[in-house]
Amino acid sequence: MTVMEQRGAYRPTPPPAWQPRTDPAPLLPDAEPYRVLGTGAADKVDPELLRRLYAELVRGRRYNTQATALTKQGRLAVYPSSTGQEACEIAAALALEERDWLFPSYRDTLAVVARGLAPASALTLLRGDWHTGYDPREHRIAPLSTPLATQLPHAVGLAHAARLKGDGVVALAMVGDGGTSEGDFHEALNFAAVWQAPVVFLVQNNGFAISVPLAKQTAAPSLAHKAVGYGMPGRLVDGNDAAAMHEVLSEAVARAREGGGPTLVEAVTYRMEAHTNADDATRYRQDTDVEAWRDHDPILLMERELTERGLLDDDMKRQASDDAEAMAADLREHMNQEPVLDPMDLFTHVYAEQTSQLREQAAQLRAELEVASEEAEEEAR
Amino acid sequence: MTTVAAKPATKPATMAQALGRALRDSMAEDPSVHVLGEDVGALGGVFRVTDGLAAEFGEDRCTDTPLAEAGILGTAVGMAMYGLRPVVEMQFDAFAYPAFEQLISHVARMRNRTRGALPLPITVRVPYGGGIGGVEHHSDSSEAYYIATPGLHVVTPATVSDAYGLLRASIASDDPVVFLEPKRLYWSKADWNPEAPQAVEPIGRAVVRRTGRSATLITYGPSVPVCLEAAEAARAEGWDLEVVDLRSLVPFDDETVAASVRRTGRAVVVHESGGFGGPGGEIAARVTERCFHHLEAPVLRVAGFDIPYPPPMLEKHHLPGVDRILDAVARLQWEADS
Ligand SMILES: Cc1ncc(C[n+]2csc(CCOP(=O)(O)OP(=O)(O)O)c2C)c(N)n1
Repeated sequence: MTVMEQRGAYRPTPPPAWQPRTDPAPLLPDAEPYRVLGTGAADKVDPELLRRLYAELVRGRRYNTQATALTKQGRLAVYPSSTGQEACEIAAALALEERDWLFPSYRDTLAVVARGLAPASALTLLRGDWHTGYDPREHRIAPLSTPLATQLPHAVGLAHAARLKGDGVVALAMVGDGGTSEGDFHEALNFAAVWQAPVVFLVQNNGFAISVPLAKQTAAPSLAHKAVGYGMPGRLVDGNDAAAMHEVLSEAVARAREGGGPTLVEAVTYRMEAHTNADDATRYRQDTDVEAWRDHDPILLMERELTERGLLDDDMKRQASDDAEAMAADLREHMNQEPVLDPMDLFTHVYAEQTSQLREQAAQLRAELEVASEEAEEEAR
Repeated sequence: MTTVAAKPATKPATMAQALGRALRDSMAEDPSVHVLGEDVGALGGVFRVTDGLAAEFGEDRCTDTPLAEAGILGTAVGMAMYGLRPVVEMQFDAFAYPAFEQLISHVARMRNRTRGALPLPITVRVPYGGGIGGVEHHSDSSEAYYIATPGLHVVTPATVSDAYGLLRASIASDDPVVFLEPKRLYWSKADWNPEAPQAVEPIGRAVVRRTGRSATLITYGPSVPVCLEAAEAARAEGWDLEVVDLRSLVPFDDETVAASVRRTGRAVVVHESGGFGGPGGEIAARVTERCFHHLEAPVLRVAGFDIPYPPPMLEKHHLPGVDRILDAVARLQWEADS
């Protein structure tokens, strides 16, 4: 390959016949979010997939309402609900094969659960008994990341490593609209494009970063446009349309797996609840805005499609709702048990081998705990 | 004749309110003062410290920025270069880390590298510390990183009125100040008059919060109330503890601290950040250097463990509490032969 043919190479003086090797047009996102439900495109989707997506959406919604209820009962310290965003979450999990990796952000418990993690394990971080409630390698799910966008470069590095090894593994990394302003987001996209890493970036544009609306976050026509400058395609999708989300993400995953490089997908959706149960959304948005999105609810869209085409009967609906209830009951039961914690765990996994200074501090805490339990015993007597 | 009850001069105010008032008064007095950060506008900050500033001064003076800490501090550098006095809000301790490059490579050393031509009067407000049950990355005590960086002032209030005075002084400072706000004291209340102008203390002065004769507890920020509580509890053991609230880590008030330790002959440094490489080591060394002949026992430290900040359900085992302080005080009965 000559220098001129290299993608993105700096060309100081274009020769007369100069043509950019990559036409930016295919990289540009559509002007309107891509939709499947309620359009002719839906006819081509396997009805079984639609039904599966429906059931997962119902389950996801139930998870959100249950977790929110647990915060009210004091069983969960905090919960950032993804109500309204279930289609993005479910599609992110279902677009991946088992060998692939998911890099979630702190709001993405649903994607993590849809990928197969036990519902209660996904809440460990938020309940506060430990930081990450699962083994990332076992499930191929990175820890839910709280510092925004910091997990994106990790996804690129992992995907790059997998490609070097010839493993055909894809990484899907999730970030919010606010997170796209962080330096890590830009660096991750750039690395991914330069290395042609098999990564899919999924931006859930739910309108707000806590209180800050998208208009104050970016001046770009869309977040999907951000892909173009790095040299990767950007796709704009209706984030409440589970079928569209599934199609676009699956395509991007397949392309990445085949060596076609990264894709940035912007899902246009809406955060129906406050940022977390601790946030007061009335300070920065109107209820009428929220209401406008109710008619575009991801479950509603799917239900309409299925019903109109005679793919959903009462039995199936009941089945989906029963499954969701069972999951919620199981989650409640787990969360209502007091976690059994060993304070000595504080020192267990700081280093592979405990340092002398930590051994000393562990001994101090052990002594304190012994005194405390002796005192408690005495009191009980 | 009707009598009108005189308005009380003071009313209960929280530390968060006093900080907000300091921002407001600074902005009202000096049009070059600008507040910027994530959610500081309509929301008033996640701790409501900037509540009402955007409404009163407009979005150009109190600005919701894009979500990018390096960008927030980096643009503040440029604003300061052009004559403004930016006050930057970092939402939580651990979310200030993306801004470290700007802080360490530029903010801290701009005056020095330009031979004094370009001072940067930037205040970086950082809520810090644990004890509020925050999830991962919401409870770090990051003061050791800041005090290890020459060129930064590092201050932290422990009372409502200090919160006001120190923040006013920080904004007025011609040098960058890292203003550490103890999260778990945001909602602590004190009688305070928000309308009357407060004395603005120059930064760099420690204060004796409680006098005593047996030993000195040297502390700051969130550990000040814990030390005061320990001092009360120690009375039962026959110990009369003095509590020094440093208020400022850089500059460090050697005089107040040394004078106290010379009086009491014994000292314990208390803070919740890790002990190894933490501020306590520096403080203990300074005290030893100045008070060696007055000391009856080694200067001890009571600090958080040297571990990543634990999950909320375990934080009570990590944070230095009254018992751990009293244990250290007991160990001060150190004899030469022990
Ligand atoms: C580096 C960093 N800065 C600040 C925060 C505090 N914070 C938590 S969530 C949030 C808003 C995130 O908005 P967005 O990326 O749009 O995701 P959403 O909450 O909408 O899912 C902020 C500012 C953080 N977690 N990490």
